[in-house]
Amino acid sequence: MRQSPAAGTGKRENDVAFLTMAPTLSHYLVLGAILFAISMAGIFLNRKNVIILLMAIELMLLAVNMNFIAFSSFLNDMAGQVFVFFILTVAAAESAIGLAILVLLFRNVGSIDVEDLDALRG
Amino acid sequence: MNVQAALFYFFAAILVFAALRVVTSRNPVHSALWLVLAFFTAAAHWLMLRAEFLAIALVLVYVGAVMVLFLFVVMMLDVNFDNLRSQFRSYIPVGATVGVLVLVEMALVILGSFLKPVTAPAGAAAARGSNTRALGSVLYTDYVYPFEIAAVVLLVAIIAAIVLTHRKRKGTKYQNPGDQVKVRAKDRLRILNIPSEKREGQA
Repeated sequence: MRQSPAAGTGKRENDVAFLTMAPTLSHYLVLGAILFAISMAGIFLNRKNVIILLMAIELMLLAVNMNFIAFSSFLNDMAGQVFVFFILTVAAAESAIGLAILVLLFRNVGSIDVEDLDALRG
Repeated sequence: MNVQAALFYFFAAILVFAALRVVTSRNPVHSALWLVLAFFTAAAHWLMLRAEFLAIALVLVYVGAVMVLFLFVVMMLDVNFDNLRSQFRSYIPVGATVGVLVLVEMALVILGSFLKPVTAPAGAAAARGSNTRALGSVLYTDYVYPFEIAAVVLLVAIIAAIVLTHRKRKGTKYQNPGDQVKVRAKDRLRILNIPSEKREGQA
């Protein structure tokens, strides 16, 4: 632990200290970053399937919300949780409209492959 | 080992694994179910961060409503999902590259201050009462206009979803209440002015 350098003099002890200490803000930020990176990679991996793309966007919003709540909790500021409340509202609206568009798309095009959506290409 | 740390790593491992399965699983139904697990473990993390109201709201709104909507749509669409995965392997290099790149960029930002205690004195929030009360007292005073706008956003979403997916089926008979209300007597009843016949001999 850095805040008590006298306690652990060995470097090895310093390296594993973050595993045993109570989770700090950085732990949650790293978790949020990992989640965001996974969903970013997921968008590239499933770039043909619109449903999985929507799910990856939900996962991204979850990562962002995780950061907001971690900051709100560690800085004792309620505004972060209010923002998460609004993000949840907007994300629910977004996924409802997104899925409605998806249903409409499947009805008209007969496919949910992104590569089939080239009607505007001209 | 600290109990809080053990719980954090336990839930974080489940969350990361579930997130990986969401983007890599073969069947979109499985993806949706893994996403449910991800939301549950995220709610557990939020509980540990003392955001109880939002944790329960996440479970109720996301797991209860949004994910059920996803499952409905996935099961309703008759899509051949194997075709959509045909080039999955060829996308792995660029996907992994972008993911690692994003992770490294964020790590460079975060690791500069890693493990520095950024914690305000705990207990200040607990003294104010429950998390729900604290959130409500802020939400209905400082953020009351954004709160009402959020309600309008939800209303717009409801109307938009219905308008987008509603369709009139051909061949079904239905009533149009607007036309029924608008109808006037002269639309239905025509009074003809026919001169009455004269009897012979009267003229």
